[in-house]
Amino acid sequence: MRVVKPYGDTMDDGKVQLSFTLPVPDGAKGREAARKLVLSWGFKDCEVVHSSPLSDEFSFYVAYGKSESSIDYDSVVADEADSDGTMSMDEVNEFIRQNIGRKVVVVGACTGFDAHTVGIDAIMNMKGYNHHFGLERYPEMEAYNLGAQVPNEKLIEYAVKVNADAILVSQVVTQKDTHIHNMTEFIELLEAKGLRQKFICVAGGPRIGNKLAVELGYDVGFGRGAYADDVASYVVNKIVEKKQR
Amino acid sequence: MRTKLHLPKDRVDYARQLARKISAPVADFIDGHSSVTVERATLRLAGADGANADGVPVPNLVVDRLKAAGSEILEEGALLRYVNALVKEGVSVEQLNQKIASGFDIMTPALGDRGAIQRKTEELVNRSTARVKDNRAHRDRKQEEFRDRNSKPLLYLIVATGNIYEDVKQAKAAAMQGADVIAVIRTTAQSLLDYVPFGATTEGFGGTYATQENFRIMRAALDEVGEQQKRYILLTNYASGLCMPEIAAMGALERLDMMLNDSMYGILFRDINMYRTFVDQKFSRMINAYAGIIINTGEDNYLTTSDAFEKAYTVLASQFLNEEFGFRAGLPPKLLGLGHAFEMDPSIKNGFLYELSQAQMAREIFPEHPLKYMPPTKFMSGDIFKGLAMNTLFNFVSKATNQGIHLLGMLTEAVHTPFMMDRYLAVDNAKYVMNSMEGFYDDIEFRKDGIVVQRAHDVLNQAISFMEQVAGVGMFDSIERGLFAEVKRPKDGGKGLEGLIKKGPAYFNPFEAHFIRELGLGK
Repeated sequence: MRVVKPYGDTMDDGKVQLSFTLPVPDGAKGREAARKLVLSWGFKDCEVVHSSPLSDEFSFYVAYGKSESSIDYDSVVADEADSDGTMSMDEVNEFIRQNIGRKVVVVGACTGFDAHTVGIDAIMNMKGYNHHFGLERYPEMEAYNLGAQVPNEKLIEYAVKVNADAILVSQVVTQKDTHIHNMTEFIELLEAKGLRQKFICVAGGPRIGNKLAVELGYDVGFGRGAYADDVASYVVNKIVEKKQR
Repeated sequence: MRTKLHLPKDRVDYARQLARKISAPVADFIDGHSSVTVERATLRLAGADGANADGVPVPNLVVDRLKAAGSEILEEGALLRYVNALVKEGVSVEQLNQKIASGFDIMTPALGDRGAIQRKTEELVNRSTARVKDNRAHRDRKQEEFRDRNSKPLLYLIVATGNIYEDVKQAKAAAMQGADVIAVIRTTAQSLLDYVPFGATTEGFGGTYATQENFRIMRAALDEVGEQQKRYILLTNYASGLCMPEIAAMGALERLDMMLNDSMYGILFRDINMYRTFVDQKFSRMINAYAGIIINTGEDNYLTTSDAFEKAYTVLASQFLNEEFGFRAGLPPKLLGLGHAFEMDPSIKNGFLYELSQAQMAREIFPEHPLKYMPPTKFMSGDIFKGLAMNTLFNFVSKATNQGIHLLGMLTEAVHTPFMMDRYLAVDNAKYVMNSMEGFYDDIEFRKDGIVVQRAHDVLNQAISFMEQVAGVGMFDSIERGLFAEVKRPKDGGKGLEGLIKKGPAYFNPFEAHFIRELGLGK
């Protein structure tokens, strides 16, 4: 057991930085309200170090609190696809040559009305992101990026046409849980067509964790900070695992 | 303006010649065509408005009916039949709209006396253009009254709640914090709707529907807060997608001040058919020009899809093309808010100098244009503290190169749609930077053999080589081959091609004729 608390400048001081807005005018009363609110969240003490008006009716606060809470670090299980097993682009290609012996086909899209290609582009485009090349650059992969605003139906059709191993579903917009509806509909469609087992289903997006993705019926989910090599490593390992089953 | 970059004038002139050469065949194509949304925009200017019980807008009911009646009907322009119905039925515009919404068939009245149609149309043109001119005069008057009260560059903030009434609250707070420009971002996918919804809306994803009523509501709110703040608050929306001209028409009628409007964005980034887009952008820009609306072009998109350092020249080339297409639609330099963005990888050594160079280059090549400068988005992360630092550098470059319209970066760009406090921190940051370096632009020069100067010369040369290639291949073929933004778009592909209309010999559109005359576009 290893118990930890937030660290400011001394072990276990529990210092936490907060900022928030209240729908009240700025002033001494607002600052006191902010302080009491922070204490009500369980902080041992609180200092409101800054406030300013956002309009006549809203005000902004920066506060520091001292937390008493702690956590047993050893008991924590991470809610992220295990990126410790990530191979480099070259290793992935070598893995495919050794263990699969044919090109791996991946189809990806940002589905529904979501118009944001940043996520799927970062994973799939030749250029990649932050010095991690995209799947299009992998010589042992055939990668098809269908872009944004692709209906789930069309994505599935395309995956069937090119006989894909994996389908990547990207969702960036999360307002009013639109991503949940979209992602759920995708899996339901696949199941209705009896195709769920045919594909490795990968969900991705800045607000999508592995836990959520698995709950919705995907094999895996990749959130912020995942790169093409993380996705590629997962997919090729999964293909081999499926083959062995 | 004193040059800091010493760009050779003959090279810049040559680039403009190339833009003219590239756009000439496109312009010829445009002049022979209309589209369903150009026709609907014309109807909207004439007063067609409202929707039927299923929410289909009256302009769509008219144009769809005419299209179904045979291709030769729309070749004469939709206005002809609309005004014919007005004359024959002896009703007002409002009454006719009501009838159409209730199922009246616009093809029922036989085509009557041309003279009567002509006279009635003139009346409608006069009424509608008078309203637009009044809007323009009102804006001019207010900007004169509140002269020098806005920040330089103008501080531009986005609201995007999906609910126009919630947008109003956020927009008013933003204006009180110091925003000069409020943009109401549109709901996802509106660009792909081939109609403009009717009425006030409270449901949208990642943004709020652009409707004429929503425009009116936000305009009134910004006028109110503008009077309190003694600043004219500019209102922005998006004349892009499949309804470019209709949204421009609505904006002209409701006194919007800026419109996002790019000659090629729809083709490259929304997969809208290239012929349709070129035709639509022209008419939408004529309306913008007539209404005194500043357009904002979309060069930032080239940098979010490609590398901002390697592909910097595509931004400059696109600026030249957007300028030329703008000139051809009657937009003067002061209404051409050409776009660019601060999107280089923050880990590039001297990245700041390259950004400074790009921004200064745009300033010198387009001296009278209110350049629209976009903040970092691509390399923003959950590290909001780093994000704030990146935005500070962006603010610095903008002020140091005297940009026109400054879209404020949000420290939470990669996290969520902005909280009220995120906007406050953005304005606060910009005001701090801009105040502390007020005289910087006039005070600073660059070394003639330094990095900033050299980089600008390189980018200009690359842009010229690229435009030479496009001029050789031709614009339509260049897009088909993927020369722009590494995206290939087939000529007959994309959305909206079926809405293209070849103008017949008797094409009737006195609104267009009026704009051509007043904007001095006659040949």
